[in-house]
Amino acid sequence: MSEPIEVARHESSVLRISVRTAAIMLAFTLVFTAMMAGTYKATEPLVAASALAEKLRLIGEVLPPAMYDNELMADAITLPPQPGLGLDEESRLWRARKNGVPVALVLEAAARDGYSGRISMILAIDAQSRLLAVRVTAHKETPGLGDYIDPRKDRNKARPWITQFSNLGFDSVPRDKWRVKKDGGRFDQMSGATISARAVTNASGRALAWTQEHRDKLFALPANGRYEENKQ
Amino acid sequence: MSAYKEIAWNGLWKQNSILAQVLGLCPLLAVSSNLVNAVSLGLATIVVMMLSNFAISALRALIPYEIRIPVFILIIAALVTVVDLAFNAFLHDLYLVLGIFIPLIVTNCIVLARVEAFAAKNGLRAATLDGLMMGVGFVWVIALLGAVRELIGQGTLFSGIEMIFPTLSGIQVLPESYPGFLVAILPPGAFFVLGLLIAGRNWLDARANQRLREHRLHDQHPPASSVPA
Repeated sequence: MSEPIEVARHESSVLRISVRTAAIMLAFTLVFTAMMAGTYKATEPLVAASALAEKLRLIGEVLPPAMYDNELMADAITLPPQPGLGLDEESRLWRARKNGVPVALVLEAAARDGYSGRISMILAIDAQSRLLAVRVTAHKETPGLGDYIDPRKDRNKARPWITQFSNLGFDSVPRDKWRVKKDGGRFDQMSGATISARAVTNASGRALAWTQEHRDKLFALPANGRYEENKQ
Repeated sequence: MSAYKEIAWNGLWKQNSILAQVLGLCPLLAVSSNLVNAVSLGLATIVVMMLSNFAISALRALIPYEIRIPVFILIIAALVTVVDLAFNAFLHDLYLVLGIFIPLIVTNCIVLARVEAFAAKNGLRAATLDGLMMGVGFVWVIALLGAVRELIGQGTLFSGIEMIFPTLSGIQVLPESYPGFLVAILPPGAFFVLGLLIAGRNWLDARANQRLREHRLHDQHPPASSVPA
């Protein structure tokens, strides 16, 4: 007679321990999730401000602020994925104007054929379809070898490799010469790390061609609009 | 040896996280391609190890034995997230350099190992000191690894330091014409150099043990207890 009661007692104590352990786990999870959420909320404005400052700094590197007088961040367009820019996700494009006249486009582009995958860049292209400047924003090229595409890592501080594209368009460098010298083009590469240079060179050429084709339509769109390929 | 001295000695040499326990190789091998990156990751690791050891030691009475591992992981991940966000918000310039390394620290099992092996069983002061010393032990080895790889691979030291201190710049140790030795910078180089460092440590320890044994065999007087074993 006493056995079933013992078992029941044992079972209820197992249940009690399980519930207690689960409750403690839950309490820890709640406390530490709350801690993370609280920190996230508290730091969010500061983090967003520094991300914006970083973006403005990068844009400032490709497009000198003196060249335009509009509120660049407010004159943006959302682009659907553009294979011509190497992007398979949405991106942003900013339109610079001076006295209402289109001056330049700032856009993002990517090369898929870096030595270690994707190389992301930001470019400014002016109204005459000349590449004002290009900067690499993210890459995974080999440190000390292919990373000279980022001017901060380039050992030539006086004239970093990436600056050789500045102020060039297809009027001065024909489309079929917009390649590294190793491929019969006009642009230098570092020996031993041609793949990184080729990827950046070809991607900037593609972005330039894409912009030349879509420029007028892009400038005609209302601010904060969305660019659709099939619409005129 | 006092308890605190022993904690320090364990972290720096005897139980060194890399050379003796061979833990935390994922961030170690990924980031040690130059000295500045290596030290940056090491410093971030010290902060996280001290915080996590402190937190677990403080909460150890509340954590049931059966679920200690998930709770430890939860606490470490939460602390790393908080450190990451705080760095990003309040020390943004430093974050631009260290930021990519902070999430890597979660993959460093030395943090969990010290929490489980030490902090969960020891008082606040000892646990925090253990975190600090294990972290310092990690830093000096990863710094050595980074320096050797950078020197052999690129012929420089401290390249990239201008991203932390804009007034400084890297040192060209070998002549400009040094062609570089790519293998040292790529992942295999990390394994080679790490293997040599571990071999060097084993050799030093073996020699110390040998001497200790010779003393015991041939001397009438036993050696002083301060000889490290």
